[in-house]
Amino acid sequence: MVYVVGLLSLVFLILAILVLTRLTSVLKGVSGGVSDEQQVRPLGMSNRINGMLFLAFLIFGSIAAAWSFIHASDYFLPEASSPHGRRTDNLFWLVMAIITLAFFVTNALLFVFAFRYQYRKDHKATYYPENHKLELIWTVIPAVVMALLVFTGWRAWRDIMSEAPTDALVIEIVGKQFNWELRYPGVDNNKLGNYNYKLIDANNSLGIDLADEASFDDFTATEMHIPVGKPILLKIRAKDVLHSVFIPHMRVKMDAVPGMPTRFWFIPDKTTEQMRNETGNQSFRYEIACTEVCGQGHFSMKMNLVVEDEDSFRKWVSEQKPWLTNNPDYLARVPENLRAKAAKYVPADATSAPADSTSAPAEEAAGGASTASLR
Amino acid sequence: MATVGTSAASSAHVEEHEHHEPQSFLRKYIFSEDHKTIAKQYMFSGIFWAIIGASLSIIFRLQLGFPDMKLEWLRPILGNWIDSSGKLDKEFYLALVTMHGTIMVFFVLTAGLSGTFSNFLIPLQVGARDMASGFLNMLSYWFFFLSSVIMFASLFIETGPASGGWVIYPPLSALPQAVSGSGLGMTMWLISMALFIVSQLLGGINYITTVINLRTRGMSFSKLPLPIWAFFLTAVLGLISFPVLLSAALLLIFDRSMGTSFYLSEIYIGGEALPNVGGSPILFQHLFWFLGHPEVYIVLLPALGITSEVIATNSRKPIFGYRAMIASMIGIAFLAFIVWAHHMFVTGMNPFLGSIFMFLTLIIAVPSAVKAFNYITTLWRGNIVFTPAMLFSIGLVSFFISGGLTGIILGNSALDIQLHDTYFVVAHFHLVMGAASAFGFLAGVYHWFPKFFGRMMNNTLGQIHFWFTFVGIYLVFFPMHYIGIAGFPRRYYSFTSYDAFQTFGDLNTFVSLAAILTFGAQFLFLYNFVYSIFRGRKAPLNPWRSNTLEWTTPLHPGHGNWPGEIPAVYRWPYDYSKPGAAEDFIPQNVPYSQTPESNLPHENALIALEKEIEAQNYNDQFKQPH
Repeated sequence: MVYVVGLLSLVFLILAILVLTRLTSVLKGVSGGVSDEQQVRPLGMSNRINGMLFLAFLIFGSIAAAWSFIHASDYFLPEASSPHGRRTDNLFWLVMAIITLAFFVTNALLFVFAFRYQYRKDHKATYYPENHKLELIWTVIPAVVMALLVFTGWRAWRDIMSEAPTDALVIEIVGKQFNWELRYPGVDNNKLGNYNYKLIDANNSLGIDLADEASFDDFTATEMHIPVGKPILLKIRAKDVLHSVFIPHMRVKMDAVPGMPTRFWFIPDKTTEQMRNETGNQSFRYEIACTEVCGQGHFSMKMNLVVEDEDSFRKWVSEQKPWLTNNPDYLARVPENLRAKAAKYVPADATSAPADSTSAPAEEAAGGASTASLR
Repeated sequence: MATVGTSAASSAHVEEHEHHEPQSFLRKYIFSEDHKTIAKQYMFSGIFWAIIGASLSIIFRLQLGFPDMKLEWLRPILGNWIDSSGKLDKEFYLALVTMHGTIMVFFVLTAGLSGTFSNFLIPLQVGARDMASGFLNMLSYWFFFLSSVIMFASLFIETGPASGGWVIYPPLSALPQAVSGSGLGMTMWLISMALFIVSQLLGGINYITTVINLRTRGMSFSKLPLPIWAFFLTAVLGLISFPVLLSAALLLIFDRSMGTSFYLSEIYIGGEALPNVGGSPILFQHLFWFLGHPEVYIVLLPALGITSEVIATNSRKPIFGYRAMIASMIGIAFLAFIVWAHHMFVTGMNPFLGSIFMFLTLIIAVPSAVKAFNYITTLWRGNIVFTPAMLFSIGLVSFFISGGLTGIILGNSALDIQLHDTYFVVAHFHLVMGAASAFGFLAGVYHWFPKFFGRMMNNTLGQIHFWFTFVGIYLVFFPMHYIGIAGFPRRYYSFTSYDAFQTFGDLNTFVSLAAILTFGAQFLFLYNFVYSIFRGRKAPLNPWRSNTLEWTTPLHPGHGNWPGEIPAVYRWPYDYSKPGAAEDFIPQNVPYSQTPESNLPHENALIALEKEIEAQNYNDQFKQPH
């Protein structure tokens, strides 16, 4: 609130100056009468006022900018919880320092020149059409600075976008209107099974393809749990329109595109607990948001993210039940030759029922159920 | 001295040449082929759209700044878009954002800015009777008008206007099941834009042809005023990039209504799997941004051109680095075509392409920096007159710098990961392209108003308008960077769902208040503008003591612009405060032979060429207005 008041008072200050100066110029106009030229081109008093206002704008603007920046900086770039995030943060502040310098220098020159070289009667401007050396200097300097920034930025980008380590935990995150869905590679193997969007139905909302044995132990979740310090590879896709996975604290952002799976890998290195202590906010939670406009619920596609130590994560995984276990009816979708393998994930009391029934649930909705994966 | 002579001569001519056959009202004011009338039509339409576009933004700023506010009082205007609890409808919020963007980018800053000033200034500053084709020019406006009518009508339909963002990314824009605005509203959007593109192409061809072919005697490319260079390059940009948008829109129309799958693949929506496979939403983004990025410069370059002219005139100094200004504009125009994918770093595009586009994008900072430095140096040791146009031009340079600098961050793909689609982007482009271009438009209106209407606008009101707007825009967009750095995503109806976005609620309120203040200040301009058209003081022939050719025409130039012969041009347009000269300006049509006291050594050599220039007579076979 404090910087709001500060900025507002700046407005009123400038307005007050404006009104006062206008008043003097009006009074002057009443007493003196203004020449024709002055009416066409605002010379004299009004010119001086505008020159002074530029100087005032520079001074008060700089103060307001610096002050509001310092006050707002508490909330800037929420504490990064991944190594690549801290790297881009450092890079961000490096570039920010350079552009802040350029911002103040150029704006100051602009406004100071405007003030300093305002119209004076019987004065003539300097005829100064060009200076090749000067122009060369201010072509080369930005070019060199840009080259350095490109180089550092490119190295960071290359590392962030590199292939994920082979031991990365793979998690599938799927965007739909208006929430995220998750699939973990399962309790036994670290492999996500195939999917096919034509297999999606009321229960199988991810289109899990049970013709692929890797999918038998896959489980879904409504809250993302990840172990601290391990590389995490998000396999991102969307079911209906574009979405974008955004985990502010992890510096993770990648679009979810229907028909084109994308990916982003990162290493979370602070548990939720650690962050609670660091930020002093005991109700702190990591959150996943959507940053690509996707419809009326775009602003509320929240999913919580829990970063925990390896043991708690293992424990959490062991409490999860494979999707097939929760949906034993779908055993009928498993091809004959794999059914024995799949049976181990299906509770004993449920196995018998669908085995002798040929009517798979929602067979119609699956549209012929071509189980061949599209990719 | 020379100008006074010429002006007197031209006013004498006015009396002699009052022999036009009277045109019907319809031909003179509505379906006019005169570039000055068409320019005014574009100007009025642009201002109309600016009011609509800005009003939309005020409505959604109310929602963002005061999330708990009851908007019941807007029901008379918005009807059922205010829901039963007195809140703004969530889909309509997206529609507001979408239409604000579409209207401002295309209808105000493309058609309004280029349409007004390219049409008005190209013939007047290059010394032509009119555009190369008056008829195409008229068609261009009326296609734009038709497109405007359709876009305007789409605001009032039951399912609401297009609401997938101004970038209309499919599949959201392709599927009416996904958002109601993608129904009829989107269809109308696409039809309107198709017509708009036709209008732009007709206009662009005309601008290019006129600049290349209809320059007066002696007006070589190296003597062209900088606005003309800017308009010329803008038209080239538009001519190359707008057809790509048309193709993107056409494919989208096919996907929407003919069952093709250019952009659609593997979609399950509304309880059914769509049959489309093999398309790519990324393809649309490539096609869209191949226009979308040059579009930024289509919007900005004319403003920069206008600024160059206004700053030189009112600093009473030649523009610093005339050739460097042209070179950097050509550089920007070229680079504009090879940086589009910096809008797509995190869309799943190949990261290697990301590296390439980061490199190309940051190159653009170099010519932009050259331009900024040249403007500043032009002010150095000048003799600055703060006309309202000059104030807006200085403001433009400030916005161009402040907004351009943050582009260095966003163009860096590694940094873009966090900031993409946050308010940081919103603040960046509103400063560098929105506010800067709007200031270019306002500067142009203030500067050429005497030529448009033969009357002066009120200076004091103009100056007050400037200070409110300048301070207001900084108050809106400077704090918006903070909101962006904190990670707030754009196009969010509210930030209540997330713990991470709970901060800065009061700053959003502040931004909204500043936006309302800025919006309110525009009524000063509107009043000044309308009042001065009818009641403004009669303008002198060359109120700003400027060098370019438009100020050699009569106060109300008739059809054909110059009553007699078109003046020949002997010198560049920026001979301000030349050492030795009696006045602090020497218009372009004053030969060197008349100014021996101020000629530079190499200019004395040019005196010999004057006879040659005068003997030329292309473009004006009749030697008189038609």
